[in-house]
Amino acid sequence: MLIIAILATSLVMTVTAASLAWRPWVGWATAASSAVVLGLGIWLSVTTLSHPQWALHHSLRADSLSAFMVVVIGAVSLLATAFTSRTLHQELTSGVTSRRYARHYVVLTQVFITCMLVAVLTANLGILWVSIEATTIATTFLVSHRRTDGAFEASWKYVILCSVGIALAFLGTVLVYYAQLHVAGGDHHASLDWTTVMSVAYHLDPNVTRVAFALLVVGYGTKVGLVPMHSWLPDAHSQSPAPVSALMSGVLLSVAFYGLLRFRAVAVAALGPAFPRALLLVVGILSLLLATVMLIAQRDLKRMLAYSSIEHMGLLAIGAAVGTPLAIAAVLLHILGHGITKAVLFLTAGEISHVEGTTEISKVTALLSRQPALGGIFGVGLLSLVALPPFSLFVSELTMARAEVTAGLWWAVAISLVCLGVIFAALARHARQMLLGAPVGPSAPALSASLTSVLVGALVACAALGLMSWPLQSLLLHAAHGVAP
Amino acid sequence: MSSAYVGTLQLAAGAVLLSAVMTLWRRSVRSIVSMLSLQGMALAVVAIDLSLHEHEHALFVTGVLVFVVKGLVVPALLRRVSRLDPRSRESRPLVNVPASLVFAAALIVLSYVVGTRITTLASSEAIGLAPLGLATVLVGYFMLVTRRRAVSKIVGLILVDNGIALMTFLLTSGVPLIVELGASLDVLLVVVVLQFLMVSMRHHSDTDQLTEMKALHD
Repeated sequence: MLIIAILATSLVMTVTAASLAWRPWVGWATAASSAVVLGLGIWLSVTTLSHPQWALHHSLRADSLSAFMVVVIGAVSLLATAFTSRTLHQELTSGVTSRRYARHYVVLTQVFITCMLVAVLTANLGILWVSIEATTIATTFLVSHRRTDGAFEASWKYVILCSVGIALAFLGTVLVYYAQLHVAGGDHHASLDWTTVMSVAYHLDPNVTRVAFALLVVGYGTKVGLVPMHSWLPDAHSQSPAPVSALMSGVLLSVAFYGLLRFRAVAVAALGPAFPRALLLVVGILSLLLATVMLIAQRDLKRMLAYSSIEHMGLLAIGAAVGTPLAIAAVLLHILGHGITKAVLFLTAGEISHVEGTTEISKVTALLSRQPALGGIFGVGLLSLVALPPFSLFVSELTMARAEVTAGLWWAVAISLVCLGVIFAALARHARQMLLGAPVGPSAPALSASLTSVLVGALVACAALGLMSWPLQSLLLHAAHGVAP
Repeated sequence: MSSAYVGTLQLAAGAVLLSAVMTLWRRSVRSIVSMLSLQGMALAVVAIDLSLHEHEHALFVTGVLVFVVKGLVVPALLRRVSRLDPRSRESRPLVNVPASLVFAAALIVLSYVVGTRITTLASSEAIGLAPLGLATVLVGYFMLVTRRRAVSKIVGLILVDNGIALMTFLLTSGVPLIVELGASLDVLLVVVVLQFLMVSMRHHSDTDQLTEMKALHD
């Protein structure tokens, strides 16, 4: 019932937004619908602790992992949709967009959120693929929303690369199905249903599964933003409106990662842990190294945040490579912490670019004295992003490192620590440039009190999650056990 | 009966790969689109032939769907784009045509080498033909990487997708219908999206510069 309620909320909001012309209250209504999804997601998490939920003749299924992802989607989309009215108002007054495109924007954002919810709530690995691919179509138009040359190029690149990448994931999914059709000695009903796949996963042909998993890592890895198919990510994130960047970076990447987590469980059952681990370690470490290099000399604020997303996705891949329940629980906490922090930072960056008229790091100075609220939130957000205590990213990175050492991957920990150190120094330098210095020029009007409190609230939530992860601990471990038995 | 089934299957699967290679050879958009249309129809023949042999009704529906979407609708959309954009003819590929054909031959050999790892799992006429699908995928990738024009990139994407569809039919006799429906719909939507982007970019500025994807970088 809860599953249906979650999807219905999102769907009803989509239809409502589609049938009405743009008005500011539609933007607030989408925020309310995201809040309802978040609330229902938390309720669903509580119920799935005892047993998985099913709906619609077993075509929808929610275990703790799905429920947790619903919470992440709800939290990040609440932040992003809270800024819908403001962003569109700014764009309408400055003539960047028209009322017609404002309506498109709201509808597509809702379609995007609904597709992500379907992706995590479906019981079928094929439908998971279909809904992740559908997010590509919805977000392409959101990336090109501003209709500038840069936006068109970014969305063209995005749709070409992601369609090719995700096609590989489809081939991988098909090969898993094929391996299932030929499970030794079984007159067995093959399907892409998660529980059915897992029940025969131990008997899947290793050769076919190996090829399938490699295709899935590259395929879903494209959407996650992992090397070697990452190059769409900085462009798409820097050209989209701020709330769209927040949604893409905060949840879309991790929803694709959720797909990888599911298939990793299948691959580990069929192949043993060595092959999935090696593959995920390679893409994870390469992504981390690439992000580190690109962050050092980064000149653009939004691209800086985008490369930081590649960094964090790399960390997730390394964590998933370890694959123990503790590591997966840390990965999940990291997904939540990164989603909220990155959403706050992208929304703040959108505000900074609106106030300053540029996203070039060297042209922004003295934010703290000119725009204390905005600069303060941005500064604290960066502290959370580089995983300083008390924020939850500190806890999750520490736990991942602990799990990696326990698994004997101390060298991966060493590489990660060096990269994180360099990234810390690079971000600190960029932050000093933007936040400190003598104020020059007049100050434009700042954020409204209510939106400021939304952002502050999100950062406080991150800190609270880091200080006392007890409300989540049992859920995280329960969810991790679902894909790391 | 059985030999007719095998013959048709081999002919149609071969036609899928052949038309992929032909798209590398031809330069005018009109003939490339005709090749794609032929490929879509050959793909539909594979699905329908398999469905008759294995008595799978869902696969028959899929075959009809593939015929309509990949054989008729997608080529029609592409034809419209090429009429809108007179400069869509591929004038300066990164790798010239004869060299492309040699590469294609190498890719076909490669896909047989790799493909046998997968096809040893079970022996049937259909599964033995699966490397043809893999070769089509690789030719599609090659096209995406080495051709500059926007239309050529879309063609490359469709080749990749058709190759994957061919492998799906040959290896599994079709995945569950709902997944197949979703996948076909997605392809159609991606083509519509790309077409829309091309048209709106044309109203805005030089399409070619944007689709070469060089303005945004670090």
